[in-house]
Amino acid sequence: MTRTTYARAIGTALATAMRDDERVFVLGEDVSAGGPFTITRGLVDEFGKDRVRDTPISEAAICGIAIGAAQSGLRPVLEIMYIDFLTLALDQLANMAAKAHFMSGGQLSVPLVLRTQGGAGQRAGAQHSQSLESWLCHVPGLKVVMPSRAVDAAGLLASAIADPNPVVMVENKTLYFRSEEVPDTVEPVPLGQAAVLRTGRDVTVVALSGLVPEALHAADALAADGIEVTVIDPRTLVPLDLDTIVASVRRTGRLVIAHEAVRDGGIGAEIAAATGRAAFDHLDAPIERVAAPFEPIAVSPVAEDAYLPRAPQIRDAVLRTLGRELNREGCRLPRPTA
Amino acid sequence: MWRIRAFEERLAQLKRADEVPGLIHLSIGGEAVAAAVCGQLRDTDVVYSGHRPHGHVIAKGAALPETMAELMGRAGGLCQGLGGSMHLVDTEHGMFGATGVVGGSLPLALGSALAARMRGEDAVAVVFFGDGAAQSGIFAESVNIAVLWRLPVILVCENNGFAEFTPRSAHTTVERVSDLVAPWAIPAATVDGNDAEAIWAQFGEMLRRARDGGGPALLEALTHRLRGHYEGDPDRYREALSSEEWQRRDPIARLQSAALARGWFGEDEAKTASDDAASTVDEAVAWARQSPPPTPELASSVVYAA
Repeated sequence: MTRTTYARAIGTALATAMRDDERVFVLGEDVSAGGPFTITRGLVDEFGKDRVRDTPISEAAICGIAIGAAQSGLRPVLEIMYIDFLTLALDQLANMAAKAHFMSGGQLSVPLVLRTQGGAGQRAGAQHSQSLESWLCHVPGLKVVMPSRAVDAAGLLASAIADPNPVVMVENKTLYFRSEEVPDTVEPVPLGQAAVLRTGRDVTVVALSGLVPEALHAADALAADGIEVTVIDPRTLVPLDLDTIVASVRRTGRLVIAHEAVRDGGIGAEIAAATGRAAFDHLDAPIERVAAPFEPIAVSPVAEDAYLPRAPQIRDAVLRTLGRELNREGCRLPRPTA
Repeated sequence: MWRIRAFEERLAQLKRADEVPGLIHLSIGGEAVAAAVCGQLRDTDVVYSGHRPHGHVIAKGAALPETMAELMGRAGGLCQGLGGSMHLVDTEHGMFGATGVVGGSLPLALGSALAARMRGEDAVAVVFFGDGAAQSGIFAESVNIAVLWRLPVILVCENNGFAEFTPRSAHTTVERVSDLVAPWAIPAATVDGNDAEAIWAQFGEMLRRARDGGGPALLEALTHRLRGHYEGDPDRYREALSSEEWQRRDPIARLQSAALARGWFGEDEAKTASDDAASTVDEAVAWARQSPPPTPELASSVVYAA
């Protein structure tokens, strides 16, 4: 095992892919300098400026360039610095990349990886903190991965680069610099395969991205109270590994879905609807969703902390599915550190 | 040019007869641009287009039966009936896509040009777009990067003076699209889009330069859209040309008279070209009509590449 970070694991996976396949190249704003989160730092020294290609601040054009290059046989890995900026490239992503294979009757394919990052918690305000992954999940033709652990980020990136379809990898800025253990050799993680990170008989918690460590934290605290929680990280949102979720809910009879995006129209609703149908006879309580309120994200620390769902909200939702009182004694959880 | 004209005139009839579904934007009157540009390209040179792509696809070498079948929404079509008029693709001949979102193809051509250059090939990418697309932000973004990276890409603007239903003068004070790239100092020219010889010569020069590593260029061809924006457009926003005026401008008539005057071919051969085009289109329509529609299973099987 090696100690690394989510950020380093992605950088290492990129370097490995570029070494293995000369069609792979990286492009984006400030990528040769590493970008604001240092993900691509050092790549230019090994691979040069042609394959670690700095671009102007032109999200729409650079997304289109990556699509054209992919259609012409390269394997571009495009970095869009913040998922909030992906709004500028959505025509390219949703109308071109996602539909090229279909509209051409299978003639074209777009083996593009678009890396971006979202999530609040760093006082970055309403335009640098959003979780917009649900928009992408609504477009047939795109695949969407959203890892929470360094090992999955590296493994999913390897699979995404090898995939013949456009794959968006939504990273999380609050996960980048935590110290994590990963195997010395990271194996590719198949797209569409959830990870069961903890097994418990009482309640199933499906958590995404930044809320996965929060769910595990809540599960630890609940265990001290004798409540055993299963924590599932879907890792890939499209295609979604519904089978793993449904199988768990059939055992526990209770489901909590936790994501940082606003609740309304979120991917949690899709997971709830699909699981509710497939496991209807096994459910012992209404499905609970833990998500952000339907508001933009404030920059004020007090307001942002109040907005962000964290471990206490997951704990409360688990307790609601069990019909327990909320905020009872003995279930205290410390506030998360930024 | 004869084949494009015959194909699109027939297409207009089929649209009126409801044999062709969807939105159909014809390029009748603008055939010279497609023919003089694509006629100089290799199969390995990639072409992208916009919502008025029929001429480009045919000039690039697509088979008429498969093209007609695609427009009729049949499984035998270029894209198995899933793409349609605005999304014609024929990768075998280097036709890599068209978009119904104005301006959207521009950066894709840059990407294909980049791929060619990174592989050390001398292929050139060409993107056709209308004057309306020049007002989109992605036009400026694309020009900037094409020049910055010295990409082998040629931007071909078909300026018919109307962005959908509105004259260019209502959208911008810049009359010539070729003037828009002045700060980048790349080769840019405006030519008479009804003059196939002029387009051939000007584009040929840009093509040689791009193939030799000289970087991008912009060609603006001033054309006249003989039909409305789409088939069925009442076309009340502009005055129709008189038939005498059209006779004077028609790119096919002009090429034909120039060719006859120079002895490139005789009257008989000109008639044969025109007749052959008509019968080829007849055969294409017959072939397309017998092609079945795509199955729902087909559609669901090509959402993702395997």
